[in-house]
This record gives sequence, C-alpha cells and structure tokens, in this order.
Amino acid sequence: MKKENPKSSQLKIALSVGAFLALRDLKRANKWTTGLIIFVMTLTFLNLVVVSGILVGLIEGSVEANKKFYTGDVFVSPLLEHEYIDNSQDVEKIIRTLPGFVDLTRRYAVSGTVVSNYKETLPKDVKQNQTGALITGINPSEENNVTGIADKIIRGEFLQASDTESIVIGADILYEFTPIESPSYVTLKNVTVGSRVLLKIGDIEKEVTVKGIIKSKAGDVDARVFMLDSELRKLAGRGDFNVDEMAIVIDSSVTAERFKEILLASGVGKDARVQTYEDAQPKFLKDIKATFALLGNVIGSIGLVVASITIFIVVFVNAITRRRYIGILKGIGVAPLAIKYSYVLQSLLYAGCGVLLGGLIVFLGLKPLIQAHPLNFPFSDGILVATIPSTLLKAFILFIATIIAGYIPARIVVKQNTLDAILGR
Amino acid sequence: MKKTFQSGEAIIKAVDDVSFDVREGEFVSITGRSGSGKSTLLYQLGLLDHPTEGTIHIAGVDVGALSTKERTAFRLSELGYIFQDYAILPSLTALENVMVPLLMQGLSKKDAETKALGALTRVGLADRMHNLPSQLSGGQQQRVAIARAIGHNPKIIFADEPTANLDTETSRTILDVFLDLNRRGQTIIMVTHEEEYARLTDRVLLLADGVLVRDSKP
Repeated sequence: MKKENPKSSQLKIALSVGAFLALRDLKRANKWTTGLIIFVMTLTFLNLVVVSGILVGLIEGSVEANKKFYTGDVFVSPLLEHEYIDNSQDVEKIIRTLPGFVDLTRRYAVSGTVVSNYKETLPKDVKQNQTGALITGINPSEENNVTGIADKIIRGEFLQASDTESIVIGADILYEFTPIESPSYVTLKNVTVGSRVLLKIGDIEKEVTVKGIIKSKAGDVDARVFMLDSELRKLAGRGDFNVDEMAIVIDSSVTAERFKEILLASGVGKDARVQTYEDAQPKFLKDIKATFALLGNVIGSIGLVVASITIFIVVFVNAITRRRYIGILKGIGVAPLAIKYSYVLQSLLYAGCGVLLGGLIVFLGLKPLIQAHPLNFPFSDGILVATIPSTLLKAFILFIATIIAGYIPARIVVKQNTLDAILGR
Repeated sequence: MKKTFQSGEAIIKAVDDVSFDVREGEFVSITGRSGSGKSTLLYQLGLLDHPTEGTIHIAGVDVGALSTKERTAFRLSELGYIFQDYAILPSLTALENVMVPLLMQGLSKKDAETKALGALTRVGLADRMHNLPSQLSGGQQQRVAIARAIGHNPKIIFADEPTANLDTETSRTILDVFLDLNRRGQTIIMVTHEEEYARLTDRVLLLADGVLVRDSKP
C-alpha cells in the first residue's frame, strides 16, 4: 500500500479535485438549466434585499418627507409649557452665525378652527362642518427656499407675499383626500381651491379663500393650514415677533447632532428646545420605523429560509439525478469530501452569480430608478433602502445558507452505498 | 468468502464459500451463466461491497479490516475497476476522465495530464483525448474506462463484462488491450460470459449458483 498523505494534504487534494469537477460540470452543464438556476438565485437575492429594502424605504420616505418639508436638519421649537420661542430674534441671529448654517424658515403656529359651511343656515341639531387645525403663519418665499413645499401643492397655487386673504390647506383635513368619518377626526367636506372658509382663532374670525391644497406626505405639514405670517400675527395678536418653529438647513460640513450641540452650547437652550430631525420625528413615526425594521428582518429571515430551501432543492435534484455519477466517482476512488465540495462549490458559484446579478439590478437599476421615481404609497414616497454594507451582509448570509443547503443534499447522496448508486438500485 | 442477500423470507446465496488466490501478473477470467454470482464476486474483490463472511487479502492487506476511508484510499491507489457499461463521467473529456483518479492521488494537474495521456496512448485513444463521452463510440468509451483504470498503475484491474455492450470486432480490440496490458505484467481479473474470451486468459474460474465449480487453465 502506498504511503498515505497527511490529513491537510488530503483536504487540499479533495478541495482541488472538487473544484476540478465543479468547474467542468458548470462549464458543460445545459446552458438553459444553468441560466434558470442563476435566475432563481437572482430572484432569491432580490427577495432578500428588495422586499425588506422597500419596507424600510417606505418609512424612510416618510422620515425624509418629515425632514425635508417640516423639520429641516435641525428643528427649534418652544420650551415645554412656553407658548413660543423666547427671544426668537436673538436665537435666529445666533443660528445664522453658526458654522454649517445654510438657511432657515420661521413659522408661527396657533391652534384654530376651520369652518366650511359657515354661510349655510343649519338646523339646530346639525353641527357645522368644521375641524381643528394648526394655523401656521409663514413667509412664503422663505418657507419655500428652505422646504420647497410649493412643489407639493397638488391643486391650486402656493401663497405669494400679497395673498393676505388666502390660505393653503393640507390634504389631511379635507374629506376629498382623507375620507374619514370619525367623531374624533373630522375632515372638511366640499372644500376645494376657490372655496371660502372661516378661520377662527380664539374669538377672532376671518374669511379666507383656499388658494391651494398641499400634500407632502409629511403628517405635520398636511394637517395644517398655511397663511401669511403677517396675517396670522394680526389674527393671533402676536406683535412680539416671537415665532413657534424654526426649521434649519445645514450643509455637509457639520452633522445635525453637532449643530444641535453647538447651538445648545451657545445658550439657546434657555429660550428654545433644539432637536435634530431624528429627535423631532413624531413618536408614531419612530414606532412605525422600528416596527417596519423588525418586519423587514422577519420577512428577510423568511426570504433566507426560502432561499436555503431553493438552493437545497436545486442541489438535491442535481445530486439525486446524478446518483450514478456520484457512485462512479466514489467507485474510482474519489473521496466523498471532494464530491461534497464539488457540489457546495457549484452552489456557491450559482449563488455568487445570483448575488452579482441581483446586486447589479439593485444598485444600477432599481435603486436609482426608485430614487428618481419614488413609489407612491399613501403616506410616503417610498424609496429602496439598500446600503452596500447591509447588502454585503445579506450576500454573506446567503452564502452561508448556500454552503449549508448545498452540503446537506450532497452529503445525503454521497452517503448512499456506492454499488447501489452505480447500479441504480 | 460468502455473500448472501435477504429477499423477503428467503436468503439468497449469491457467492457461496468461494476461495481462490491469484498470482501477480495473472490474467484470470470468471465465467458462468447469468445470475451465477460472477459480478457479485467481483464487487467484493473490487471493494465495492462487503462480503457477508470471509476475508479478502490483496497484496498482503486484509481489506475486510479497512475502514470505509481506507477502502476508498486503497481502491484509489491499488485497484482499477472497469464497469460493464463503461461508467465514464459524461461532463469530462476522455483525458479528464483519466485524470480524476490521478489528481485524487495528489498528482499536480500537469503530471496527471501527462500520465493520463500516456494511458490513453496505451489504449490507442490519444487522438480523442479532448472528446466528451457523447462524442465517442461504445468501444472508445470502454477504452477510456480502461485508460482510467490503468492510469495510476494499479496492482490489479477488475473488469466486469467489459465487452458485454460491444460488437464482436470492438470486443476483440478491447480484449487485445487487456492481453497487451497483461503481457506487460498487469494482474487482471475479468468477469465474462463469453467462453471464447475466457479461453484467452491464463486461468478460468467457473461459477454456478454462487459456487466455484471449476478452476482451470484453458
């Protein structure tokens, strides 16, 4: 008997022979079959990346909308139990001097009521069609420079500096766009561009015309009524120029967190609450973000199980239909490890092609496409969230699943009796 | 050596108390009718199956005492096996088919290629080395199988009805290859039901119902 190789050498030989067999099998396999397997692997990888990416992106779209159209990068609002930002003009001056500052918009926000059918004479037992809303006073050009909300007018036009008798109304408080009939959430019926509505702030009333309807998919914008800041100041009796909100845009030289720290360090904290756009997210958005991330992981896990089963079936069918081939290999002295490695390597190559194609589809196709044309979900413009690290992690997990799912069926078939496999018994 | 199978309640004695020895360089044929146990005996000798009782010694090694892994290694280094229906790997060329056992023995790709080409030359198939099995005739495929069996210079070649699926002329060519190998000192044990071919070997073992009924020289 010839001298046996040491264990490491045997492993090396088995891997080398396994690779020799795998590469030739792939090279000479039916091209349609190979194409179909790679297609299935590509879909499997896309399922892993895209489904959870859309789920996360759906909320990310909402977060982005909230940041872009409402809070800006950094959001300044009144301290708790304060009516407005104290010393607003001083605060603004400080903000404008900070490094990284680009622009800001100031808003007055006062609770009020909007009545649609105020001209009608109603029976005593019939309520007026009215709803509570945050009446927000803005400088239209300043607001639009910072948030660009003029682009989100879905009907009519945005406010101009001369629109003293007009408002822009959010789609969430109009029945036409939000057809909810609930005692706790009343929407205005029969209100559209050109409609006259009555604004009530405390005891003060003002008739205005709806100039535009806004739908930005940022809840804090779409549930408001916008009017000129000068008009709101008059209505609310606010002559002190103290505002209720400042949305600040910064450049990339500073992070929102750092800008907030600098702002607080400059003493603004005694007059106002300073938040990054993440701090200022509504609680429901934070909760839903966490929920969807969890859901994305659950769906991703299911996708991974489906991927593993798919690979298992592909390798098992491949191995079982080549039982005799495997028997011959064993019969001529090829080590079972080499045969198993050959199948695992083939699976990895299929998975690798699937990951590569899937990655190209995601990063060169779907992601830029959805970024340019977001998915129109009812409450957000959904984007596809797929970062390189998270995609690489999913590819890595898929490869691990492939190794396991490729090894098990190969092991089952390789373990069968050599003679039975050769003779097809 | 004995080999029995269970078939329902019945126990079938496929090989019944067979005992013989083969000298180095001998060309032995095992003959008998269909179902006489020839192939079953060869499977035990070629380490593709385990006998129910008895021992087999090859080159001084009690192969029955080897572990599965050791049997595979022993088969790889010491034995060459030729199947009735060629059993060559369809996705590999003639050359690659012959190379596989050589690579498994740890030879470099280049050395394996050289040795495999040498084996193919010995069976007259060097010019078809890059052909896939589907591009070869039955006789050529069987010669690839022979080249694969002799490529690593095994101590013994086991051939299970190597001419069963071939026409007379091709069968004769295959027999000539075996005779040529044997002349060069190769030990061969061949199962055949063709008496004409058995007569060309050094020694004929006749099996009937699993029993060795004759051990003769032609």
